[in-house]
Amino acid sequence: MLGVKAYNSFGMSEMCGPGVAFECPEQNGMHIWEDYYIVEIVNPDTLEPVPDGEVGELVLTTLKREAMPLLRYRTRDLTRILPGECPCGRHHLRLDRMKGRSDDMIILKGVNIFPIQIETILMQFQELASDYLITLETVDDNDAMTVDVEMKDLFIDDYAKLQALTREITRQLRDEILITPRVRLVPKNTLPKSEGKAVRVVDTRKKY
Amino acid sequence: MTVHQLSVFIENKSGALVRVLRLLKQENIQLIASTIADTADFGIFRIICSEPEKACNVLKEAGVAVSLCEVFAVELDDRPGQAADAIAIFASEGISISYLYSFLLNGKGVLIFRTDNAEKAAEVIASNGLSVIEEKDLSRLL
Ligand SMILES: [Zn+2]
Repeated sequence: MLGVKAYNSFGMSEMCGPGVAFECPEQNGMHIWEDYYIVEIVNPDTLEPVPDGEVGELVLTTLKREAMPLLRYRTRDLTRILPGECPCGRHHLRLDRMKGRSDDMIILKGVNIFPIQIETILMQFQELASDYLITLETVDDNDAMTVDVEMKDLFIDDYAKLQALTREITRQLRDEILITPRVRLVPKNTLPKSEGKAVRVVDTRKKY
Repeated sequence: MTVHQLSVFIENKSGALVRVLRLLKQENIQLIASTIADTADFGIFRIICSEPEKACNVLKEAGVAVSLCEVFAVELDDRPGQAADAIAIFASEGISISYLYSFLLNGKGVLIFRTDNAEKAAEVIASNGLSVIEEKDLSRLL
């Protein structure tokens, strides 16, 4: 609208505020200043490092901060290191856009799942509206996941299509999260709204 | 040569059906025929009623997932075998019936159905002289 090109940046108040990482003109990932930070991406569950390209929690160590240096500071932000060199010539490694918070991570049947993975799949279905709700339950002493998704008012009269849609969403979610959720279509405007910090995950599982 | 039908998406939870029916009651809308197809998680409540456009708007405004669609309503004599003969005509023309329900009114049988090919079904109805109920005839049924 204003004819201004916008660049993505990453920062946090614990680390000098904005500008911890910044996009270059390539706009493919944010270079993080490795002369200032040691960057690690770890599995938030095991705290083991993950290979480049894999999503995990960003852990930073400051190299030059004097009053309050931070060592292996867990940011709770989920991202990944983009493998390879950037065509712009900078050698500082690149972080992908933040993919959520590690606090959001769901552990279901021993598998780590991030709600953003589910959201990304759901957003690809044009039959669906934007709101969804993930419910975790204990069913017969096992973990179970139900995903309620709001649909647009399409082909309500077509039972076969509604079922086919449910099956396709289930299949794609299973391929992504390796667990077969129960998918339920619900009418529009029946789930909590996505504005602000909507409750996207309800966990009613038994705690042992 | 069709009538309007409301197709309402009903969640499988208590009170969902009565909510829809009460909304129609408040507007003094009269049901002529209805049926529910169900699965574990949701049902489709199909309704033939007085003032279908108004009924659809009332439900939409109340946030109910509903669509207005066109279905055939074929009138038959109330004698054994009439439905079989009527449906056989569609089968022989290769037209599939997606769903069907029926009711009896004033000594006539009425078959409500949707096909996978509405255009061809209309031709078949015309060429075989089947008696269809039109939207404007619906008030006659009340
Ligand atoms: Zn670059």
